[in-house]
Amino acid sequence: MNTVPDQEFAISAQQVDRNFGNLKAIQNLDLQVEKQRIYGFLGPNGSGKTTAIRLLTGLLKPSAGSISVLGYKLPKNAEKLRLKIGYMTQKFSLYDDLTVKENLQFLAKIYGLQGKHQHKRISKLLSIYGLDQKANQLAGNMSGGQRQRLSLAGAVLHQPELLFLDEPTSAVDPENRREFWEQLFDLCDQGTTILVSTHYMDEAERCHKLAILEAGIKRADGSPDELMANMNAHVVEVLSDNIRNLKNQLFTLNEIISAAQLGARLRVLVNKKVTDPIGFLKQLPMAEQIKQAQIVRPSLEDVFVTCTGEGRQ
Amino acid sequence: MNSFLRIQAVFIKELMQLKRDRMTFGMVIMIPLIQLMLFGFAINTNIRHVPVGVVDHSQTGLSRVLVQTISATQIVNFTQHYLSIQQAQQAIASGEVHAVLIIPKDVSQRLVRNQSVGLGSPPSSDEETSRPIAQWLVDSSDTMIAAAIKSLRNMPLLELLNKPPNRGTPTFAVTLLYNPEQRTAVNIVPGLVAVILTMTMIMFTSAAIVRERERGNLEMLITTPVRSFELMLGKIIPYVFIGLVQTAIILGLGYSVFAVPINGSLLQLGAATLLFIAASLVLGLVISTIAKNQLQSMQMTIFVLLPSILLSGFMFPYDGMPLAAQYIAEALPATHFMRLIRGIVLRDVDVFNMRFDLYWLLIFTLIGLAIASLRFKKNLD
Repeated sequence: MNTVPDQEFAISAQQVDRNFGNLKAIQNLDLQVEKQRIYGFLGPNGSGKTTAIRLLTGLLKPSAGSISVLGYKLPKNAEKLRLKIGYMTQKFSLYDDLTVKENLQFLAKIYGLQGKHQHKRISKLLSIYGLDQKANQLAGNMSGGQRQRLSLAGAVLHQPELLFLDEPTSAVDPENRREFWEQLFDLCDQGTTILVSTHYMDEAERCHKLAILEAGIKRADGSPDELMANMNAHVVEVLSDNIRNLKNQLFTLNEIISAAQLGARLRVLVNKKVTDPIGFLKQLPMAEQIKQAQIVRPSLEDVFVTCTGEGRQ
Repeated sequence: MNSFLRIQAVFIKELMQLKRDRMTFGMVIMIPLIQLMLFGFAINTNIRHVPVGVVDHSQTGLSRVLVQTISATQIVNFTQHYLSIQQAQQAIASGEVHAVLIIPKDVSQRLVRNQSVGLGSPPSSDEETSRPIAQWLVDSSDTMIAAAIKSLRNMPLLELLNKPPNRGTPTFAVTLLYNPEQRTAVNIVPGLVAVILTMTMIMFTSAAIVRERERGNLEMLITTPVRSFELMLGKIIPYVFIGLVQTAIILGLGYSVFAVPINGSLLQLGAATLLFIAASLVLGLVISTIAKNQLQSMQMTIFVLLPSILLSGFMFPYDGMPLAAQYIAEALPATHFMRLIRGIVLRDVDVFNMRFDLYWLLIFTLIGLAIASLRFKKNLD
C-alpha cells in the first residue's frame, strides 16, 4: 500500500487525533479513500462520524496527524479545497425562508456560476432531483425527502470531485432512501467520490468500502464482503421454545459474543477461537433447550456487533 | 469579479429574507415614525404646570393674590391646600404634589419691607428687609422640577401692589441663535436620528451572523468559497439603505410636523449619516461575531444602546458630564454623530469644521471591520 502515491486517493489521513477539551472525539484515525468510490462511515450516534467529516472538510483542525484531501494538505489549504468539495450537513442548512430556486441561485453565485450557465445547471438539477414542481416553494415548507434532495442538489451544484454526506437519510422514508442511493450511484458513476456517514446497516452495505467507528476509534474497515469474511465470529442461528431464557444463559459464557433474538430464532455470535461452534453449543448444559442450530452467512450487523462490543461495556 | 458576485449573492439573499420577514420590514418603517411622534411631542424640557400645594397661614387677600400671580406664570398649578406644614410634607412624600408654598402670617409686612418693592417705610432693620415673603418646600430629587421652582425665586412682586413692574436693565443681553423660541423638538428631532439609527442598525446586524449560526446555515456557508469580508459586506449593504430611509423619515417628519428646519447642506448631511450608519453596522457585526445566540446579541445591543442614548448628549448636555463619562461618550459613534447632525441640520455648519468627528466615525468603522473579519473564522474550532 505504501507504493501508491497520495494522489491516487481522494482522501488520505494518518494518525489523526481530535480532542475537545478532555474528550477524545477522534483517536488515531487512518483513512484511505479511493477515487470514484462510495466510502461509508458506520457508527452509532456520538461515535465521531460528524467530527471526522468536519476534519476532512477542513472545518475543524486536527489536534494531531496529517490529512490530505484531493492532494491538498489540511488545514493549510482548506480554502482552496472548498471549490472542489460538496458538503451536505446532517441538519438542513439551506435557507428555510428562500424558495428552492432562490437557494440554488444563491449557491450558484457563491460558486461563480452566472447567466446562462447558472440557468442551465439549475434547471438540470431541478429535473434530476425531481424538484421542478417545487421550484418556487419555500424550502421551509417542504417534506424531509424534498429538503434532502434540495440539499444534495445544493451540494453537487458546482460539480465537486468529492462529496461529503453526513447522515443524509436520517429524516427520510425508506422509499426515498432507495431513490437517494440510486442518485448517489449515478454521481459516483460520473466520477464523484462520495463519503457518507450512516447508522443504517443496509446503507452501509451499499458502500464500496466502509469504516466502522466507535467512540472515536476506527474498529474495522474494508469492503462489506471483506468485513464479513474476516469477522472474528461464527454466526449460528438457534431454534428454541424458550428463547428469552436461553439467551440470558448463553450471554454469561465468554465464548459467546452476542445473542440477539429474531422472532422465534436466536442469532448467536460465537468467538472464532471455537473451531466447531455447533458442537460447542450442543455440549453446553443448556443444550436440551436448543432444538436446532445451523451456521449462517454473517451480515454487516454481525460485523458491527462483533467489533464494537468492547466500547459498550 | 467573483468576489463582487459573491457579495451580490449575499446581498440579494438578505433582501429576499428581509422581504419575507414582514414584521422586521414593518418595524424598519414604524420604529422611526412612531418614536418620532412619541418623543417629538412627549419630551419637553420646558417644565410647565407642576402640581403644587399651598399652606396659607395668613389667610388674607394679599396671600390669595400672591397665589394667583404665581399661577399666572404657568410654571406651577396650585392643586391642594394644606392646613399644616406636616400635612404638606406628607403630601410631598406621597408624591401628591412636587412642592408646597408656605405663606407666613406676616406676609404683608414682609412684602412692604421688601427692598425690591422699594417703599422704604416704615423704617426697619436689615434683618427685616432681607426676609423673603414666603417659602417653598420642594421635592428636589428631580433636578429639573427643582430648577423650575427655583426660577420663581426672583419673581417680580410689584404687580401684587397694583404697581407697574420695575423695568430694570438686565446685566447681559442674550441672543438666542438657532432655536429662539426654545422649542425642545428642535434639539430632539436630529438627536433622534442618531438614537434610532444606533438602535436599528446595531440590532439588525448583531443578529445577522448569529441567526445564520442558530439556524445551521453557517455550517453550509463556511464550506463554500465565500470569504468573511464578502459575507460581512453583503449582509450590511441592505441595511445602509434602510438607515438612509429611516433618516429621511425622521428629518422629513421633523420638518413637516415639528417645523425643525434643515439648514445645512443635504450632501454633507448624507455623507455624515452614511459614515455613522457604517460605524453602527460594523459595531453590530462585531457583536455578531462574539454572541453565541440571538438573545446574547440583543443584550449586547442594549449594552451599547443605553449609553448611546444617555451619554451621547441626546438627553443631557455632554459638557455637564464628568470627564470619565466624557471619555466613554467619545468612544461611542452616536456622540460624534449627535454633534454632526445637530451642527449640520440646525447650525448649517460646514462639515469640514467638524472633521474630527468624521474621522472618528471612519476610524471606528475600519477598526470594527477588521475586528469582525478577523473574529469570523471560517471553521468550527
